[in-house]
Amino acid sequence: MEEVAQNIETQEYFINMGPQHPSTHGVLRLMLTLDGEIIKKVQPHLGYIHRSIEKMCEKDSYQQVVHLTDRMDYLGCHINNEAVCLTVEKGLELEVPDRVKVIRTIISELTRLSSHQLWWGVMGMDLGAITTFLYGFRDREMITDIFEETCGARLTMNYNVPGGLMFDIHPNFQNRTKQFLEHFKKKLPEYDKLLTGNVIFTERTKGIGYLSKEDAISYGVTGPSARASGFSCDVRKKNPYSAYDRVDFKEILFTEGDCFARYQARIAEMWESMKIIEQLIDNIPEGEYKAKTKAVIKLPPGEYYQRVETPRGELGVYIISDNKKNPYRVKFRSPGFSNLSALDKMARGFKIADLVAIMSTLDLVIPDIDR
Amino acid sequence: MGFSIYDFSDFINNIHAFLIETFSPAIGNIIGMAIVAVCFLGFIALLGLSLVYIERKVCALFQQRLGPMRVGKWGTAQTVADIIKLIFKEPLMTKDSDKFLFNLAPFIVMIAPVMAISLIPFASGLQAVDFDIGIFFIVAVSSIGVTGILLAGWSSNNKYSLIGAMRSGAQIVSYELSVILSLLTIVVLSGSLQLSVIVESQREGWWIFRGHIPAIIAFIIFIVASTAESNRGPFDMAEAESEITAGFHTEYSGIKFAYFFLAEYVNMFIIAAVGATIFFGGWMPLHIGNIEFFNNAMDLIPPVIWFFMKVSAIIFLLMWFKWTFPRLRIDQMLTLEWKYLLPLNIMNILLMSLVVLTDFHF
Repeated sequence: MEEVAQNIETQEYFINMGPQHPSTHGVLRLMLTLDGEIIKKVQPHLGYIHRSIEKMCEKDSYQQVVHLTDRMDYLGCHINNEAVCLTVEKGLELEVPDRVKVIRTIISELTRLSSHQLWWGVMGMDLGAITTFLYGFRDREMITDIFEETCGARLTMNYNVPGGLMFDIHPNFQNRTKQFLEHFKKKLPEYDKLLTGNVIFTERTKGIGYLSKEDAISYGVTGPSARASGFSCDVRKKNPYSAYDRVDFKEILFTEGDCFARYQARIAEMWESMKIIEQLIDNIPEGEYKAKTKAVIKLPPGEYYQRVETPRGELGVYIISDNKKNPYRVKFRSPGFSNLSALDKMARGFKIADLVAIMSTLDLVIPDIDR
Repeated sequence: MGFSIYDFSDFINNIHAFLIETFSPAIGNIIGMAIVAVCFLGFIALLGLSLVYIERKVCALFQQRLGPMRVGKWGTAQTVADIIKLIFKEPLMTKDSDKFLFNLAPFIVMIAPVMAISLIPFASGLQAVDFDIGIFFIVAVSSIGVTGILLAGWSSNNKYSLIGAMRSGAQIVSYELSVILSLLTIVVLSGSLQLSVIVESQREGWWIFRGHIPAIIAFIIFIVASTAESNRGPFDMAEAESEITAGFHTEYSGIKFAYFFLAEYVNMFIIAAVGATIFFGGWMPLHIGNIEFFNNAMDLIPPVIWFFMKVSAIIFLLMWFKWTFPRLRIDQMLTLEWKYLLPLNIMNILLMSLVVLTDFHF
């Protein structure tokens, strides 16, 4: 039998996955080299949605730079905004009021929750269980409603400004957030019932797309994807910003490094996010919602860097200022770009269906990769 | 004419006699066949329309939404509107596709369910053809469909389609074994391949109750294997829109795509109908032992209603699978068949033979 198999000549072939493909979640193009169904090589091709955000930042004022970052990782837009604001505040040596820090933290965690809910739904859909998609959206709806009431926007919020927030929170904010937590605490076990405990799902994810700790570090993978490989890299713990130094939460670490570990890491992160919000929601200090800043912000000459933890990993903002009202150079270190680079390493030797699962657990947002 | 909702045989025989008397026997037979064919065509069209609508509503039920609501009352005319759209759509074709095979494939896919549906006993006497090798025939014709799927994938000149077609070939050929063996388990019990005889043999009670453990195992295997054979989720690897973008019918559009779509739903109906006939007594009402009152009350419900009630229950089960489970991977699916279902099935047939030999059934 083996002899026959050796004598049959087989040929590797290319297939273009994307730019239009349902499970690349946008306009990512992957060039796959396949042997039958087995993946030999994955080459991501970028640039289909490049808008040169970094270049556009150079001619905008610092207040305007904030809103451009909404369009990078649109599922974690509040956290992107926060990263720019924190960098500018660092440059101005501005101490923001306590109230701002706490509100920013609460909304960041709500953003993380809503992003993970959407990821969970999409993950199920990629593996063929379409119903999860709508379950994820059902619960996410409550968070977007809270956002809408708070700042008027549901997706690209642009709630942060350098020095604080654009407006104060809505009087209903605390109540509705508590209502949401109560609701979601009942729904999250339902997520487990639908996917985590499902035999087909565990078979599809366990042992698939292994990423070792060493590889995670050398490819610069961050966020839940890296923490599932045992790489402790939570910026909220390592380099606390806003109000993260005053809340008690665990850094989720797994050692398996496969798709199932990455899945579990995100589910566990949802519980931790809820814990953080619970600790803060009743303790929002009174005070101003914005520190006093000048209408035209000019950073002193120099280089400023700040990193934050987005739902996908570590986002770094690097600003060089030459004492003008707009930055000299801006560079974003986006989590998606580095996470994508490990895809080839993870996918080799697995099947097409596994590639979809691996991409899903990396939680890629294409505009974040192609800025 | 002697029309009775409980037994159609007199009514059908009378029509047949009338046709033969009025015309010559040959022409009478041909007219009879034409009437049956028209009836089936109408039935299949109606089936397609209603099953697509039901699928959407059931899917919406699982996903906490309303489903189609705008076209007609409760969206009932939505599928009609969709079919009209599909008919008027331009049929597109890729540049280097094999035109003849490309156009032929949808019809081959459609042949299988149309041939199989003629053997389904809808009620007493309401059956188009009653072969003495009924189950064998159904299983044989239902495997024609895979040829159409392979041809569609091959002639599309698209790598995704080819992967989908190959997957589907491997899948259908494997799972056919399990379908056949699980049906044979009941054939051992009832002692006949003829569908009308199998239904008649369940007058005292349905085989799934009377055949107890081996019959229940056979039914579970039948449901799993036939879901796989009809390319429905969680075994929809041939389509797998998140992996290979609809697989073998990626390049089809308009009415040709509608054929694939229709075939899937008619196949689902046939699976449910065969399952209901073999395991749940077809059109036989539910009888429990010697409880006269209960049995008489059940007899009041017409057999056609019984048949469609059972079929709808199984169709609902199939839809439930599709909208709940994630998709399997191709190698896992083949492992499931060859390593677990097939050996279990063979053991189950032996067990059933033992049960029949020792008369250990009800």
